[in-house]
Amino acid sequence: MATQNEITYAQAVRDAMCEEMRRDPSVFLMGEDIGVYRGAFGVTQEMYKEFPDRVLETPISEAGFVGAAIGAAVEGMRPIVEIMFSDFISVCYDMLLNQAPKMHFMFGGKVQVPLVVRTASGCGTGAAAQHSQSLEAMLCHIPGLKVVAPSTPYDAKGLLKSAIRDNNPVMFLEQKTLYRTKGLVPEHDYAIPLGEADIKRIGQDCTIVTYGRMVGYCLQAANELLKEGISCEVVDLRTLLPMDKPTILESVKKTKRLLIVHEAVKTGGLGGEIAATVAESDAFYYLDAPIRRLAAEDMPVPFSAILEKGVLPDEEKIAAAVRELMG
Amino acid sequence: MEKQLASELLEKMMLIRKFEESVQYYFTLGMIHGTCHLCIGEEATAVGTCMALAPEDDMFATHRGHGAAIAKGIDVPHMMAEIFGRATGVCKGRGGSMHIADKDVGVLGANGIVGPSMALATGAALAHKMRGEKRVALAFFGDGATNEGVFHEAMNLASIWKLPVLFICTNNTYGMSTHISKVMADTDIEKRAIPFGIRAVTIDGNDVELVYETVKRARAKILAEPQPILIVENTYRISGHSKSDGNRYRTKEEINSWKEKDPIKLFSERMLEQEVLTKEEIDTLWEKADTAIKDAVYFATQSPYPKVEDLYDSVYAE
Repeated sequence: MATQNEITYAQAVRDAMCEEMRRDPSVFLMGEDIGVYRGAFGVTQEMYKEFPDRVLETPISEAGFVGAAIGAAVEGMRPIVEIMFSDFISVCYDMLLNQAPKMHFMFGGKVQVPLVVRTASGCGTGAAAQHSQSLEAMLCHIPGLKVVAPSTPYDAKGLLKSAIRDNNPVMFLEQKTLYRTKGLVPEHDYAIPLGEADIKRIGQDCTIVTYGRMVGYCLQAANELLKEGISCEVVDLRTLLPMDKPTILESVKKTKRLLIVHEAVKTGGLGGEIAATVAESDAFYYLDAPIRRLAAEDMPVPFSAILEKGVLPDEEKIAAAVRELMG
Repeated sequence: MEKQLASELLEKMMLIRKFEESVQYYFTLGMIHGTCHLCIGEEATAVGTCMALAPEDDMFATHRGHGAAIAKGIDVPHMMAEIFGRATGVCKGRGGSMHIADKDVGVLGANGIVGPSMALATGAALAHKMRGEKRVALAFFGDGATNEGVFHEAMNLASIWKLPVLFICTNNTYGMSTHISKVMADTDIEKRAIPFGIRAVTIDGNDVELVYETVKRARAKILAEPQPILIVENTYRISGHSKSDGNRYRTKEEINSWKEKDPIKLFSERMLEQEVLTKEEIDTLWEKADTAIKDAVYFATQSPYPKVEDLYDSVYAE
């Protein structure tokens, strides 16, 4: 058995960056307050000491520095950009919509954009409507991007390594309440391929497809439900674009029931895409119950803690939804 | 000016002019689809600027980017094939007029969006600097783009990081149909470099010799000491903004007055006057340009269309 250490999600992200920077001199990091401040969520810690020339603190100019990262990527560097909150992609959206994901295609395959944009996503910190959004569906609507949303330290490290080594622009969404969660991570170098879901729990009665912060909630709900004799299979997508559709379909065919859970708002969310994927496939004929989506309420994220919690799915709502599916 | 350089500058400008006229013609015939933004009248900015660069320098262009791509050395027949939407196009028919690119010659793309070229070039310059390479990155953008936030963000970044990037503003005084006097509190674009501590100069962008010499000096300067420089090249777009332009925002007199300042005409006259080139030599250059473009059109129209089966090629890199 290889040596494993229990580390936080934040450290897993940092370790992945440091190891890749040691391995490849073309990897560098850009972002706001990622030096002595250690990053808004403490992810970068003291990286600036080990890589003084490759941890570049930027002005508050998301369009400028994300654009610059794209230009550097086109020139053969492998930049990692930290956008403090994923909500701030709004001020550099041209770069993420019209520039990075289009260049390889528009230029006939001659240009590559090996860029990783890491950003803190989701709610749970009382930061309210402009610092709490889950915007992955918007990003998944942009062919040319890859979108990753790891739920554990192990996945975060392995997926980030793959993202850094990938020759495409990758949006790496780190749910901010996960930063301090801990998990076992092997000491040896490993990478998790992008586009592969992970079955976090094997079950027979109902499939729960989820990702990010909601994975933990779904696993807790599954624990509760097992006491009632309901066995749930929890599929953690890990990569949202490209999505591992075969794993979803296979699981649904086995359990004959599907609940989709995400932290993003329901309307236009990935739940619709996942449901449609099942509805369009032969897995549809296996279903014993209608597909069910559980997502954040269709509204901005509220501030007050009780409201912020109320807007989201939680263990109880998830368990209740599964019970309904079981009829 | 040396005869050879004069010939090269003139020939490139003629090549661009013939290219644009040809594109306009085949567009009118319905043989080219989409839209395109021609740079007739602005050839000296493209040629004077790009001919002053080294082959390994990076150039990011605007939506009006045919001239810059040709001046930087893109293969003209393959570029024409791109405009005709053919498989042999520089972008395999995926990009078209607004996205002409060929990394092999440092053409890192025309761009359909106003402004990002400045940030992209800043990043390319950052890559050059981090690797210790003696190269520069150059961004073309119009006067209109200097009202975009990214102009200021890129100028600031390039300045604080002392990056070897050339910001080239081709100031044709119109953002599509809107005159700069309506949208800038102060139309002296050069001043916009002052708060960033960036050196800037404004020149006659229709004087190809002046453009060439200015860019060459600026390039040498920023290679000796990495720093951004802004050059405002004043020029005029004789052609319309795009195919939909009815020229309702400007007068015939205005356009005609600028035809008198046609950069090709001006430079030809000067070279004749200075006895650098003869009339026969200039006529020969026109013929060469004409033949080259006819050959390019022939190549393009004989080329196959891309296959729909290959639609998904290059959505993602390997």
